[in-house]
Amino acid sequence: MVITGIGVRAADSGSRAEFWSLLTSGRSATRRISFFDPSPYRSQMAGEADFDPLAEGLTPAEIQRMDRAAQFAVVCAREAVADSGMDFSALDLTRVGVSLGSAVAAATSLEQQYLAVSAGGRDWLVDHTRVSPNMADYLIPSVMPAEVAWTVAAQGPVTMISNGCTSGLDSVGHACRLLREGSADVMLAGASDTPITPIVVACFDAIRATSPRNDDPEHASRPFDASRNGFVLAEGAAMFVLEEYEHARRRDAHIYAEISGYASRCNAYHMTGLKADGREMAEAIRVALAEARTDPSAVDYINAHGSGTKQNDRHETAAYKRSLGEHAYSTPVSSIKSMVGHSLGAIGSIEIAASALAIEHDVVPPTANLHQSDPECDLDYVPRTARECPVNTALTVGSGFGGFQSAMVLRSPEGARV
Amino acid sequence: MTAGMATGAGGRTVVTGIGLLTPNGFGLEEFWQATLERRSGIGPLTRFDATRYPARLAGEIDGFDPASHLPARLLPQTDVSTQLALVASDWALQDAKVESGGYADYDMGVVTANACGGFAFTHREFHKLWSQGPDSVSVYESFAWFYAVNTGQISIRNGLRGPSSALVADQAGGLDAVGHARRTVRAGTPLVVTGGVDSALDPWGWVSQLADGRVSHAVDPEHAYLPFDTHACGHVPGEGGALLVLEDADAARHRGAHQVYGEIAGYGSTFDPPPGSGLPSGLARAAELALADAGVAAAQVDVVFADGAGVGELDRAEAAAINAVFGPRSVPVTVPKALTGRMHSGAGPVDICAALLSIRDGVIPPTGKVTRVPAEYRIDLVREEPRTARVSCALVLARGRWGFNSAVVVREALPR
Repeated sequence: MVITGIGVRAADSGSRAEFWSLLTSGRSATRRISFFDPSPYRSQMAGEADFDPLAEGLTPAEIQRMDRAAQFAVVCAREAVADSGMDFSALDLTRVGVSLGSAVAAATSLEQQYLAVSAGGRDWLVDHTRVSPNMADYLIPSVMPAEVAWTVAAQGPVTMISNGCTSGLDSVGHACRLLREGSADVMLAGASDTPITPIVVACFDAIRATSPRNDDPEHASRPFDASRNGFVLAEGAAMFVLEEYEHARRRDAHIYAEISGYASRCNAYHMTGLKADGREMAEAIRVALAEARTDPSAVDYINAHGSGTKQNDRHETAAYKRSLGEHAYSTPVSSIKSMVGHSLGAIGSIEIAASALAIEHDVVPPTANLHQSDPECDLDYVPRTARECPVNTALTVGSGFGGFQSAMVLRSPEGARV
Repeated sequence: MTAGMATGAGGRTVVTGIGLLTPNGFGLEEFWQATLERRSGIGPLTRFDATRYPARLAGEIDGFDPASHLPARLLPQTDVSTQLALVASDWALQDAKVESGGYADYDMGVVTANACGGFAFTHREFHKLWSQGPDSVSVYESFAWFYAVNTGQISIRNGLRGPSSALVADQAGGLDAVGHARRTVRAGTPLVVTGGVDSALDPWGWVSQLADGRVSHAVDPEHAYLPFDTHACGHVPGEGGALLVLEDADAARHRGAHQVYGEIAGYGSTFDPPPGSGLPSGLARAAELALADAGVAAAQVDVVFADGAGVGELDRAEAAAINAVFGPRSVPVTVPKALTGRMHSGAGPVDICAALLSIRDGVIPPTGKVTRVPAEYRIDLVREEPRTARVSCALVLARGRWGFNSAVVVREALPR
């Protein structure tokens, strides 16, 4: 399975090219929240995207009906389709599917709708006469993959994977399985989340998962640093055109990378907590590498989950040591959440895009804002400056509420031929 | 990256345990008796004062006391939909008599569908945030709301560490979950707990469901949801669902599983052409994919458990799809969910359970209180009373808003 088209939107990333430019700059695009007055909240920062739906080519009717997360997904899908050079009208559209990840889906529209029907939160018995005709699609957000399907008139398997913060890895892994088993010839896969809305900010405040470093928003997301104190919420999306290698080769497509292995496991431990030993994530990595027929020593780059919470960064450091052994110490590891923040279910796909681009350019993005590593995080986290080095095989991982642990192996297109 | 190659698996996938809670049945056998006797779970909404709303009938699960089924510490952190899902998964695993140590670590996973998340819970938290301020929001909101909650909580409660997932595809999602669970079993995870449970019967969830424009405004509970009837007038929302224990048939035999309800023999999923294209729905194609996946000819299907939207235009399209696959009046069709209301992701799994019991008991349940089917539909709808019939193979259909079509083939277990 190969990636032949990529579309990305994220903080300070209005295109795939801008995204890669940000990642290699080592600059952090997180800022004080501007979408609403964040002053009542514990964490007042986010990775906001400067997203103009009209300028992105959406029609007023599309903008009116779609939640912001659906808008991001559609815009990224169109970018990926254009990038792929694929003529979808020439395909058997019953063989084209969609796999879209999202953790909190239409959260922004849900909150706007709630305020409209409850008189600003006053009424428990909400007013049905003030409800939007689109409200059923915010309640049940499977309209999101439907909107993506309509961009190319896809009529194969269409679904939404909602596995919390591993959604964006799992949706792409799911798409690869559908291609492999023969349920589709081409998949549009990826993930989108736009959670910068008061209820989501309050959710993470309540469990102190997000950083309160409000006096320094540009440096608040600092994975693996000894002074890290939580993640910075963000929004974004990434979508891919996926097809089998032979299918791509026949049409002489540009191939970014092959997705050569994927696995997921659950820790069955706690809805939000992680054990320190990284056992289940290590198992997911081990199985993904085995599926890719890749020796752990062949991993050139690890794109980390690296959320910047105390427990996560130790958990995954342990998982890398457990799965890669000594090789973990000589492998560059970085977290792009240090630059674009943590966009929940979307980030897994955005990190796949980063990994594919790292392979494309033989450049490893850095971990911004990393000055002094936590003594328990003692690997090479590529502090602050991007690094040129051959990247033939990249490993990207995710960890999420519910106990989900996922891992994916990507390799350079040269490797896909064997 | 393989379905069916990773471990040399890929054989038959069977149902060895069921946990079910619906508005007309607190448990599988109670549901089945009610379904055969046409006892409806639809009635006036009681969770809140619904008099101001244009629709006031729902399929509620009455008298559910989560404290008598679940540990006290789980109650404040879970929505009613998750409490129902946890009880259903407990019952399914007990029914399958899966004992600890029977399978190795990572050999058991969870795949659920979810349409609404923990919605009543999250309505309370939205209300607290906007009436009392950010500090009042529950520490549990971040994981009681999201669509993965039932998969995560079932995994934790039962120590299931294998590949797991949560899917959202409106009412089609429940069949997608079972299809994906079967894919997971065939790829080498011998046991997967799967299905779906939904509930959104708080005032905001109710109003949100009404916004879809297909909810029945009828006041007579007996005649509010009449799929395929001349007087179809929309559907009644329900709550509940089912969780199934799916196992690789050889692994189940190896552990000495004491029962097999039947086989999940085939699955197919399609999406409709874009609105306004004038092209037919993809439902018939989903059915054909599922039959081909099962290696079953249309003539071998003994009954179709239809989606049964209860909206004229949608019923007509479904009848056309059934006729396209089977020919006019060639197969009995039934919609037992006429007695429960539409349970979103719970509906498909409950229909699979009904299909399995049809196979077990040699009887096809009737379609609620439906009496008059338009002749133009040309379907043999089972109505008014159960029909005795040998059933060895059933097709289950489900559709989700905006064009999701899914189909599952359920087949009797091969003799050991």
